[in-house]
Amino acid sequence: MKTIRTVFFKEIVDNFRDRRTLVSALLMGPLFGPILFAFVINLSVKQSLENAEQPLDLPVIGREHAPNLVAFLESRNINIDDGPADREAAIDAVSSGESDVVIVIPEDFGDKLADMIPATVEVITDQANTQAERQTRRARRALQAYSQQLAGMRLSIRGVNPSIMRPLNIDEIDVSTPSGRSAILLGMLSYFFLFALLTGGMNLAIDATAGERERGSLEPLLCLPVKRDHLIFGKILAACFFMAISVSLSLITFHFVLGFMPLQELGMTPNFGLDVVLLAFLLLLPFALVGASLMTLVASFTKSFKEAQTWVSVVLLAPTMPILIVSILQVRPSTALMFVPSLSQHLLLVGLVRNEPLNMLHVAVSVTGTLAVGAMLTWVCARLYRREGLLG
Amino acid sequence: MIRVDGLHKYFGEVKAVRGVSFQADDGKITGLLGPNGAGKSTTLRVLYTVLKPDSGSATIDGVDVVTGPVEARARIGTLPHGSGLYPHLTARENIAYYAKLYDMDAGIIDERVQQVIDQLDINDFADRKTKGFSQGQRTKVSLARSLVHGPQNVILDEPSNGLDVMATRALRELIRDLKRAGKCVLFSSHVMQEVAALCDEIVIISSGKVAVHDTPDGIRKVTGRDDLEEAFVRAIDMVEAGK
Repeated sequence: MKTIRTVFFKEIVDNFRDRRTLVSALLMGPLFGPILFAFVINLSVKQSLENAEQPLDLPVIGREHAPNLVAFLESRNINIDDGPADREAAIDAVSSGESDVVIVIPEDFGDKLADMIPATVEVITDQANTQAERQTRRARRALQAYSQQLAGMRLSIRGVNPSIMRPLNIDEIDVSTPSGRSAILLGMLSYFFLFALLTGGMNLAIDATAGERERGSLEPLLCLPVKRDHLIFGKILAACFFMAISVSLSLITFHFVLGFMPLQELGMTPNFGLDVVLLAFLLLLPFALVGASLMTLVASFTKSFKEAQTWVSVVLLAPTMPILIVSILQVRPSTALMFVPSLSQHLLLVGLVRNEPLNMLHVAVSVTGTLAVGAMLTWVCARLYRREGLLG
Repeated sequence: MIRVDGLHKYFGEVKAVRGVSFQADDGKITGLLGPNGAGKSTTLRVLYTVLKPDSGSATIDGVDVVTGPVEARARIGTLPHGSGLYPHLTARENIAYYAKLYDMDAGIIDERVQQVIDQLDINDFADRKTKGFSQGQRTKVSLARSLVHGPQNVILDEPSNGLDVMATRALRELIRDLKRAGKCVLFSSHVMQEVAALCDEIVIISSGKVAVHDTPDGIRKVTGRDDLEEAFVRAIDMVEAGK
């Protein structure tokens, strides 16, 4: 116990004097997330506000063939431009990305309408171009509205009630709360916290193993009359400590940053008060043991500080995998999923931010499951430290 | 007292040590001499329990290094080859860290650390961070931290490597002090003159075997050479021939 304490405090003091550790624990991790997040949110808020209000510039070929349609489109806040010279030029313009969407009205448009034959209107677009999607959707919706209007008029002329065309009246009632809606966007928050947590202890985990070996201070350390297990426990605990600092700073920064973000304009009010900060910290804390032991384990296999940095950076990506898979499969939180470290923290955090009540069984499984995995990894580290080959 | 009996250590196909036996007594300086790759460091690493022998035994004050590694380590002060310090800690903090890990009483640590700092004459830079220390300064601090618990046995692996003349002299003086205090000092070197200048007993190792174990005078007699360096080369030739 005394050895663990001695090693722990030495690593803390040593690393507080190391600029590399301080930068990664106190700056990189805690600030990277909030800054990136604020940037992304502000951008998307700006875009969605702009898109709703701004008139859509829509190039139309053959506008002279359909003056009524053009007038209808203009009434829906769409500016009609003269499109490219012909249909081929329009296809080129869209596939090169010069135009997002182009409408082509053929010469016989008016005749077909008059003869009650479905009149073709071409919408030239590139479905692979996600930026064009919004414009295309708006143009298509406007065309459909015009089509509906014409259909209604044709029925009325024949003395038929146009509403027979609508056997169903679909009414969608959205019960999502503002906090719930924000969770979609804030889902990526939990990764920022896990990232901050891992970067916080990364340098220490490397320094305590590969760094110590490279410096030549490992061999004299192993000559001391102490158990190697205790040395490694002290080092892992010190890495956990830096991870805890880093993640708590990250949580607090987010608490303040969210206050400055125009989230209300998106209809979101994330639940991220100081009580949530504290709860989130406690939920994330067990993951520090997994992170610290995993990084120590990976760094123990490497020959130098540089090599260790390369491999340990891969560990930074590890917690994203379960989160990614689950968000693609859209799985609901379940007790079984709480056994997976990083995923359980992610799901619990999303629940917190959505202002849902905490499922205490889930919390218990998450905490014990994560701690068990961490303890196992720590045990493997200790085994590794008993090997002769450790000194390289 | 350090005893090594029929020690073997293999690394895969490489037979680094093939039956090394010798004894290093208290109050004596024993030199482990041999060319590069002869098995000196491997033998010492078995002694300070970083490596386990494949066969044979080694004891420190009668404590077996395989069955009682922690107790054996408590009885030695070690300066492994190329010992490193913690660059962000001061020399004093580096030494105190080891004192704590040697499980010394908190009350006497400060006093004892100051004693070794005086003993090794490192007061001038004791409170500076060790980043940027010269090789000589680093060796002194490393030595201080391995002596802080006052071990009965001292094992030094090529301690004079990279030291200048003055630092080497200081080191020799320190080793003689340890001898006068009745300690058992075992150190390795590949420099004949250094061993000749210091040692009471010389163990010459070549190709993982003991070529000669004798006093400097005895070695001159066995090999029939007056010059110790000649004697050293001759002893190694004898092992090579007997292989």
